[in-house]
Amino acid sequence: MTQPLVRAVGVVKKFGHTTVLHDVSMDVQPGQVVCLLGPSGAGKSTFLRCINHLEPLDGGQIWVDGEPIGYRVRNGKLYELRERDVAKQRRGIGMVFQRFNLFPHRTALQNVVEGPVQVRRRDQAEARKKAMALLDRVGLADKADAYPGQLSGGQQQRVAIARALAMEPKLMLFDEPTSALDPELVGEVLDVMVGLAKDGMTMIVVTHEIGFARQVADHVVFMVDGAVVETGPPSQVLDNPEHQRTQQFLAKVL
Amino acid sequence: MAAPDPTMPIVRLTHWGRWVGAAVIVGILVALGFAFADAQILWEDIPDFFAFEVMIDGLWRTLGLAVAAQAGAIVIGIVIALMGRSANPVARWFAWGYIWIFRGLPVLLQILIWYNLALVFPVISIPFVVDAPTNTVINAFAAALLGLGLNESAYMAEIIRAGLNSVDRGQIEAAQSIGMTPGKTLIRVTLPQAMRVIIPPTGNDFINMLKGTSIASVIPYVELTKAASNIASRNLEFMETLLAAAAWYMILVSIASVGQYYLERSFDAADRAHRLRNKVGRSLKLGRA
Repeated sequence: MTQPLVRAVGVVKKFGHTTVLHDVSMDVQPGQVVCLLGPSGAGKSTFLRCINHLEPLDGGQIWVDGEPIGYRVRNGKLYELRERDVAKQRRGIGMVFQRFNLFPHRTALQNVVEGPVQVRRRDQAEARKKAMALLDRVGLADKADAYPGQLSGGQQQRVAIARALAMEPKLMLFDEPTSALDPELVGEVLDVMVGLAKDGMTMIVVTHEIGFARQVADHVVFMVDGAVVETGPPSQVLDNPEHQRTQQFLAKVL
Repeated sequence: MAAPDPTMPIVRLTHWGRWVGAAVIVGILVALGFAFADAQILWEDIPDFFAFEVMIDGLWRTLGLAVAAQAGAIVIGIVIALMGRSANPVARWFAWGYIWIFRGLPVLLQILIWYNLALVFPVISIPFVVDAPTNTVINAFAAALLGLGLNESAYMAEIIRAGLNSVDRGQIEAAQSIGMTPGKTLIRVTLPQAMRVIIPPTGNDFINMLKGTSIASVIPYVELTKAASNIASRNLEFMETLLAAAAWYMILVSIASVGQYYLERSFDAADRAHRLRNKVGRSLKLGRA
């Protein structure tokens, strides 16, 4: 078996006195699509945000591609990194947010070009060409010069996916990417994500779209109250859940 | 009994109140006009004073002092605002104290303190920067610049803090997610969006600053107001020279207002998109004018 791309071991996260993640562990293999399911407040999004260190951990470790996120290994110790060095680790991890978070003062194309040019210091013309190809891939080549405010939610989210892909990430994190969309716009975003999964992208997806999880996920993780309750292939977790909480949840959403 | 009839004429409501209000306003303005026409003002002298060399020198000093003080205030304001948001509690505490003092004291008092600094510190000595008698370092211009600029910097810090706070937290997270460092995030993402909130009150403050420089006349720095009163004390045409100075202030303030309008427009992303659409529409329908 290959080395896992993501290894989370005993992750603990607290907000003040409330512990929102208790000892969460999971492995994600390269090319795998993992869906995190569970009722709201289960800590799915928090766990996702821990993976690229948007939330620092209070316990445990997360390693991505052989590197501990937020730390550097030296002499058998983990040294905490400066924010500037954490930024370097984040370059290889794309993230898509529930509320898109496109830069409103930049056009779709400028949003996609921003990372490669400003962070990776790529040549402007080259980056624009690649960005156009990415916009084409998400079906928005004709909206390159539109500002986010002129785009529908579904279009904005597809631009956001292109912006994340422009950094050529080895891992993509999706934080409820369709939850803020009108129902008729959900499909266009899921289609792009299905395409990504088919191309072999490693993806961790927090979602309420059970259909998407069933179709695309290699692995489903069901979380409740900050802990992993059940995990396995979708056929097992979604169709024959062992745990009572999983059964209750699925009965409500299906 | 009346019944629906399409031929019935309609009598519109007469807004008596509006007519009365307008008549009162016009009446007052006309009376004011007559009063000024009758006043003992040598109107024909005003253009001369307006163009007096002393007046023009004062104008440039006013402009120079206002621009320098405002520019310095913006730079210091950014630093203090960032310190106020720092993770370092000492930096936050310092920012709070800085604003507390420089916003709390009257500008006139601050200018007087700077101007009289030599009384308590006869020599200013900062290694490798300056080592000179205070009187030669802090002249009238420097005292006015420090008084006005530092007072304004406290206000700028608050304006910039509000601007940075107005940017959605998700914007910073998005910048982080594509690997931007904190500095790059500030310059590329947070500040450009905060500008929409920062510019209107800053323009307001700059207009205030243009007029506020007249306080420097007391120490005495010969800016526009001091220049006007110097001229007046020679020829004793006080009202005429003051009105000439007033005309210059109105010109400065009007230019600043126009500048603020264009600056605001250029930083408004939604408006930018709107203009983009209009440009396309114009070129399609009318071509270039």
